[in-house]
Amino acid sequence: MKLSLTKVVNGCRLGKIKNLGKTGDHTMDIPGCLLYTKTGSAPHLTHHTLHNIHGVPAMAQLTLSSLAEHHEVLTEYKEGVGKFIGMPESLLYCSLHDPVSPCPAGYVTNKSVSVWSVAGRVEMTVSKFMAIQKALQPDWFQCLSDGEVSCKEATSIKRVRKSVDRSLLFLDNCLRLQEESETLALSSRLECSGAISTQRSLLLLGSSDSPTSASRVTGTTGACCHTRLIFVFLVEMGFHSVGQAGLELLTSSDPPASASCWDYRHEPPCLVLQKSVIIGVIEGGDVMEERLRSARETAKRPVGGFLLDGFQGNPTTLEARLRLLSSVTAELPEDKPRLISGVSRPDEVLECIERGVDLFESFFPYQVTERGCALTFSFDYQPNPEETLLQQNGTQEEIKCMDQIKKIETTGCNQEITSFEINLKEKKYQEDFNPLVRGCSCYCCKNHTRAYIHHLLVTNELLAGVLLMMHNFEHYFGFFHYIREALKSDKLAQLKELIHRQAS
Amino acid sequence: MAGAATQASLESAPRIMRLVAECSRSRARAGELWLPHGTVATPVFMPVGTQATMKGITTEQLDALGCRICLGNTYHLGLRPGPELIQKANGLHGFMNWPHNLLTDSGGFQMVSLVSLSEVTEEGVRFRSPYDGNETLLSPEKSVQIQNALGSDIIMQLDDVVSSTVTGPRVEEAMYRSIRWLDRCIAAHQRPDKQNLFAIIQGGLDADLRATCLEEMTKRDVPGFAIGGLSGGESKSQFWRMVALSTSRLPKDKPRYLMGVGYATDLVVCVALGCDMFDCVFPTRTAVRLWQKERFGSALVPTGNLQLRKKVFEKDFGPIDPECTCPTCQKHSRAFLHALLHSDNTAALHHLTVHNIAYQLQLMSAVRTSIVEKRFPDFVRDFMGAMYGDPTLCPTWATDALASVGITLG
Repeated sequence: MKLSLTKVVNGCRLGKIKNLGKTGDHTMDIPGCLLYTKTGSAPHLTHHTLHNIHGVPAMAQLTLSSLAEHHEVLTEYKEGVGKFIGMPESLLYCSLHDPVSPCPAGYVTNKSVSVWSVAGRVEMTVSKFMAIQKALQPDWFQCLSDGEVSCKEATSIKRVRKSVDRSLLFLDNCLRLQEESETLALSSRLECSGAISTQRSLLLLGSSDSPTSASRVTGTTGACCHTRLIFVFLVEMGFHSVGQAGLELLTSSDPPASASCWDYRHEPPCLVLQKSVIIGVIEGGDVMEERLRSARETAKRPVGGFLLDGFQGNPTTLEARLRLLSSVTAELPEDKPRLISGVSRPDEVLECIERGVDLFESFFPYQVTERGCALTFSFDYQPNPEETLLQQNGTQEEIKCMDQIKKIETTGCNQEITSFEINLKEKKYQEDFNPLVRGCSCYCCKNHTRAYIHHLLVTNELLAGVLLMMHNFEHYFGFFHYIREALKSDKLAQLKELIHRQAS
Repeated sequence: MAGAATQASLESAPRIMRLVAECSRSRARAGELWLPHGTVATPVFMPVGTQATMKGITTEQLDALGCRICLGNTYHLGLRPGPELIQKANGLHGFMNWPHNLLTDSGGFQMVSLVSLSEVTEEGVRFRSPYDGNETLLSPEKSVQIQNALGSDIIMQLDDVVSSTVTGPRVEEAMYRSIRWLDRCIAAHQRPDKQNLFAIIQGGLDADLRATCLEEMTKRDVPGFAIGGLSGGESKSQFWRMVALSTSRLPKDKPRYLMGVGYATDLVVCVALGCDMFDCVFPTRTAVRLWQKERFGSALVPTGNLQLRKKVFEKDFGPIDPECTCPTCQKHSRAFLHALLHSDNTAALHHLTVHNIAYQLQLMSAVRTSIVEKRFPDFVRDFMGAMYGDPTLCPTWATDALASVGITLG
């Protein structure tokens, strides 16, 4: 994969990540977000309703906490979690925990990390963790890490140091295991095919875009020159880095009788397998020194990207941590993506983008849905002047009611209703035949009214969650689109100001 | 009796049903209902969307499955959100954004199911609302008034419903009262050109009472008839005999709606007995009972149903039904649904609702095609074979019912 930046303005990175996915032809925009899922499915949504949504991100987030318990099933399934969940076309990122459900502290040891599933606690050593990832076959996965420091307050420096040490140790062990298993798989397959005898330093260089150079080097295998099958082997033990020229590791569990009989017009039986990319995790709590150490050390490893862990919490804690965040991203290489866990609110997203973060989780729209609310915040920093007036009036009215209600409501998600949303359970929506958001092109706004959603919520009907989720996801993905547009046209300040006005 | 039509007006009253084919052996018919929101092929299964929603599936999904008529419930909608609001929203069609046909029941069935909250008099049914404790009187006039506001294509008379397990004079009282209430409904109906009022044949499990009801109600100029008071706790043997009696006395050129019947075997048998329309909460409720005490997660298949939460499906990588063309079966395996059902993601239920509705609709479609292609008796034999392993292993009541209309199994 390749990250290319179009521009960097005020610390914000605008760009694309290319050559993603098993076949290397997916692209992701940054800044961007990942589709939040629960047990491999967008909450409340089937394939049909998910595809009603415009702007669904190319990459979905899976959580190990919901999938680890299905390890055995996935191993037997063999074809990876993407196909299992019915999302074979999507890029997949596997995080350890579910950002919405807090996990109890006290379950990380020097040898293992636990995740919490419906069935209970699943303890994972490095080898179990890697075995699970092997069964899942995600495109990216968060490395096993010790993120417990963020669960508690006032953690000792000793504990923080330990979280950094442990996470680095886990990372090194995971990298080692990954390499070992690949080398093993590769040499056994090459031997089986009879096309190549195992050579320690077999080296074939080529670009995935130029058949001529490939044909020059593939003579030993007799394989064809189809661009997809251009492969580069770096079998030498201990060789870590994977070059940028579209290197792919080709393996097949059903090797052809001889490579030259392979009909390159059809995909080989068990495909080109890009290895899953490990995302290194930056820990260090609230201790600057440890944060820097974690960043520097993790950056030395051949990870595909970085996860900034431990910045989650309520809005005030993030504020305090923003300085740490800047310092951390300053230590990270520019050409690898930076993800952050536990941050999803629109105002916080902007703060983090300004400090060098590229990718976010999209659990905020889910939380809004669960409390029967709809996202209504405006992100169109360049609306037409008439609209602005109307919207402002609307917003003010809503803010007035917001203040009253914010004091009373505490929701099932243990979060207060924010000023980015409206609460459809309120009686005033009973006869409101407007869409959730005027001008929104989502399925819900094009087909239904606030009054209808209100009715569904009052009568406890499941469709409420479906329709709200469709709207909230679309609204949220639209927000990210506007962030990228604002960066493109140097209008981020306007967008930021607009969001801030609504964040009171 | 006051509402009885003259022979002349009965003959000239518009027919909403067109017969396309009839089975030469049994009483099965294939037809078309011509309704304000489009044509509906019969026999038809109508999914129940009690509170202006089909559980967790969107109207677009329902349309994509081929559904062209579904049910709303007057009792529930009359209380929440109420007929005035729905009228402001352009009727139930506008409120829930459903472009095809709707049938609303009268609210009467809830009398039986919520009997502790109600009291029946000649005036109507007195309810105490479970939501705000207010007392409401649901009279024939009020029921029709609410249904007029809802704007459904087919509306049902308010009938005096008595559980089929009740015997004695109450059954007779309810039967005669239902006739009087039918006449009051006809008189109160403000929109006969836009909404089709169906009568509901009562009489419990008493052949004489039912015959009397049939004789009287068929004198009324209504566009269709429902067979009510069954699908309760009665034995299947009594059940089918009452259905057969009813269809033998109902006019051929008007639709017969058998209320509350939805299990596959019952559907097939009752089509043979001459019924055209069916409804049941079973396919959607059985998918959705996850959030209530009974944790079903049940998927309908030609051999019965699969309890997908059970461990046996953990590693079953095939679809629910390899012959089914619904989106769930196209995209997902039993194993994935099993895993999803054990999570708290409601999507699991929606996948099952889609499949179960598809199953019912596909079944009716197959039944209809077999009637049109003049091979309905063979279809019945194949169906029973798939369901019970062998056509001769079909339950006795079904065998008897089918035999009574000329279809032998095995």
